[in-house]
Amino acid sequence: MSEAIITDTPDADRSGADSGAVVPVADEDVVVDHPVDEHGAGDHAAHMVTSTGLSNNKLAMWLFLGSECLLFGGLISTYMLYRGRHTGSPGPAQLWDIPLTSVSSFVLLMSSLTMVLAVSAAQQRDDRLTTLWLSVTALLGATFVGAQVYEFTSFYHEGLGFTTSLFSSSFYTLTGFHGIHVTIGIIMLMALVGIISRSKVPGDKAEVVELIGLYWHFVDIVWIVIFTLVYLIPA
Amino acid sequence: MAIIERPSTVPAIAGGDAPQFVSPASSYGVFRRPVNSTGWRSWVFTVDHKRLGIMYGATALFFFLIGGVEALLIRTQLAAPDNTVLSASLYNQLFTMHATTMIFLFVMPVTTGFANYLVPLQIGARDVAFPRLNAFGYWCFLFGGIFLNTSWFLGGAADGGWFMYQPNANALFSPTHGVDFWSLGLQITGIASITGALNLIVTILNMRAPGMTLMKMPIFTWMALVTQFLLVFAIPVITVALFLLMFQRVFGAQFFNVDAGADPLLWQHLFWIFGHPEVYILILPSFGIVSEVLPVFSRKPLFGYKFVVFSGAAIGFVGWGVWAHHMFASGLGPVSVAVFSVSTMLIAIPTGVKIVNWVLTMWGGKLHFTTAMLFAIGLIAQFTIGGLSGVTHSVSPSDTQQTDTYYIVAHFHYVLFGGAVFGLFAGFYYWWPKVFGKMLSETLGKWNFWLMVIGMNLTFGPMHILGLQGQPRRMVVYPENLTGEGFFNLHFWNTAATVGSYLLALGVLVFVYNVWHTRKGAPAPLDPWDARSLEWLTTSPPKVHNFDVIPHVHALDEFFHLKYEEVDTDTGPRLVKVRTAEELLTEQETNADKHIHMPSPSYWPIVLAAGLPIMAYGIIYNHLLTVIGGAIVLMGAFAWALEPSVADDSDYDPPAAGGEPSQELVSV
Repeated sequence: MSEAIITDTPDADRSGADSGAVVPVADEDVVVDHPVDEHGAGDHAAHMVTSTGLSNNKLAMWLFLGSECLLFGGLISTYMLYRGRHTGSPGPAQLWDIPLTSVSSFVLLMSSLTMVLAVSAAQQRDDRLTTLWLSVTALLGATFVGAQVYEFTSFYHEGLGFTTSLFSSSFYTLTGFHGIHVTIGIIMLMALVGIISRSKVPGDKAEVVELIGLYWHFVDIVWIVIFTLVYLIPA
Repeated sequence: MAIIERPSTVPAIAGGDAPQFVSPASSYGVFRRPVNSTGWRSWVFTVDHKRLGIMYGATALFFFLIGGVEALLIRTQLAAPDNTVLSASLYNQLFTMHATTMIFLFVMPVTTGFANYLVPLQIGARDVAFPRLNAFGYWCFLFGGIFLNTSWFLGGAADGGWFMYQPNANALFSPTHGVDFWSLGLQITGIASITGALNLIVTILNMRAPGMTLMKMPIFTWMALVTQFLLVFAIPVITVALFLLMFQRVFGAQFFNVDAGADPLLWQHLFWIFGHPEVYILILPSFGIVSEVLPVFSRKPLFGYKFVVFSGAAIGFVGWGVWAHHMFASGLGPVSVAVFSVSTMLIAIPTGVKIVNWVLTMWGGKLHFTTAMLFAIGLIAQFTIGGLSGVTHSVSPSDTQQTDTYYIVAHFHYVLFGGAVFGLFAGFYYWWPKVFGKMLSETLGKWNFWLMVIGMNLTFGPMHILGLQGQPRRMVVYPENLTGEGFFNLHFWNTAATVGSYLLALGVLVFVYNVWHTRKGAPAPLDPWDARSLEWLTTSPPKVHNFDVIPHVHALDEFFHLKYEEVDTDTGPRLVKVRTAEELLTEQETNADKHIHMPSPSYWPIVLAAGLPIMAYGIIYNHLLTVIGGAIVLMGAFAWALEPSVADDSDYDPPAAGGEPSQELVSV
């Protein structure tokens, strides 16, 4: 499903490309300025006047995130059902390194802050600052994923393989899915940095920045839930 | 009329010169952008919602025939006691794949096809919100369906039933790769469902013609909207279940390993939280279709439009709170069983509201018994029967007797075949002239209808008796000495059901013949049914850009109100036809928009989708393949992201007359 995120973005990309105009379209406020009549209602990009006033891309992203809630809902339920079932193998009490995970969680939460700064810079059409904050966000995300890899490795050495117990299977699946989501987010951020640096019109990717921002914040919020349920509340 | 691409220096005239085509000159990335408007490339790389709608429909009907053959084999095996047509193993594969094919590869995609084709036309839009995503969804469906069915040739298909209960379907009891193909194939078609649903919701919410408020939307579009919301939230749950199953079977995870303390109910809950909304995903589009067909052939507006809309939405909501009625026999405990019993009874109310509305739509109307109308009436009658047997399941003591018997099989075939499939056939006959510009033969249509009605009731009616006599589901063979005597003889009723299933198949073949027979018939009239909604306000088949002018909507049933006006007569006000469809179309064509942009075709949807089955084969056979498939998906995604959804100016040859190249699209 990750493809949907990457592939949704191009529709937002094309304001500069197809009009050739210097009208950067950031969000629905600017839509009115866009030469809509020139293109007619057949223009299916993000920038037509829509019935709800929301851009197509943003509405689709919200719906996709709604769908993702159910995905993580299913995974979290599975973990909650099985977290106490680890007879004969290490359980949460022996494994968790709360200080380490707290630090990596803090790093991930800070990446939401830098993401907000990137969105803000994009809306002010400051491409240099946008790419800077996007890169910092990706770096913080990568730090989190790195900490997760370290954590998985050390758990593995303590005897917790993927197939060891019900607890281990559901733990690795849940946190692994989250880690994959962060990784896809990092790929999207870095791709966006590349695309913006090639772009000739300042700020014309503002909506894409915002969409990926929505995704990034969502993944962070999911981590808050996972961190609380998995690490902080004792089984 | 056609949309063409040509240099802007040529004056744009609507309704004038012959079409001129301009091909892209420069390349984008590695490949030239596809622009063919004829030939196979125009289908493979298309992003046109109408073409994709037809492709969904045609592919789904092909899978319908496959699923039908599987059903006939099952019925042949059960025709007589001690039969040996099929081995038990093959029988298990056949009933599993019959259900999987009919649900995931026929009804779901064919309703997506209807929605794809009709929703933009019904809301007065020129395409969907995300045309390339739309194409991607179709290719995921096709490749996922092919992937699933290749399991027949690679060691055997899935054999755990369409609900694939655990631990019964784990590697110990189902050692072939069938279940792996099943879990990965449904994952791929699930991507199709999610992307399609996102696309249609955004289209319906955002791209309605000016003046079309939500409560002026055609009822089919409303039911499609509810269905897409169900898909967006139900599919991720089965995605989780399928991942757990795959991890269990391929990577040795423990989720359903009872020895390790696993809870078999986990799978059942996940599956049915998806599975129950799924049955409304299957039926609601058909409810929408008959709600369009009945008013047209009763010459009356839909009775209680708002009630039909809100009962549809209510079914969508309550449908989330009834899943455990599939699990009454699994030992949930009295409180859960009581709660789910009551909620199941509750959901009968909005369903009943709809049936009342349909009947009152016909009440006092001038009924025209066309084939489409007959199928719609068939849905009402048969769905009511299936609905009533459904209410008997909601009474849990009664359900405990019926669980895993043919009574259940009778129930869900009455609602899904007698209901959903009959609604779809009503839609085929009703919209065929719109989509293909040819009328289906009404005479053959009547044969089609009556054979299907008789066949369907003869097949599934006796199953009520068989079930109440205790014939279990998924039973491969029954001995003669246990068939009983007299009226309730199992042999007799099983034979009757088998005869019925062959009649039913004959009915479907009449439909196929009808399509073939009328393919070169006279062009259909513009408005053959005196219809009510916007899709008839354009040519048949519609132009590439759907409408020359985007209509301004003033009323529910806008097209009807454009044709008919209230005139005072001696006997009071009457509706009189003041304009014909032809006049309305001429009016559109004279005022045609001069500059219409349509989204350009693209290679990437099919490339991206092709990577997915490669990844899936890799998971089963060789992880190197997974890497290759993953690389295709990633590269396809980047190429897609870098490609503008409309071809760039520089993609086109400069005009011969000189001047700047342009991507202006003009209706000529």
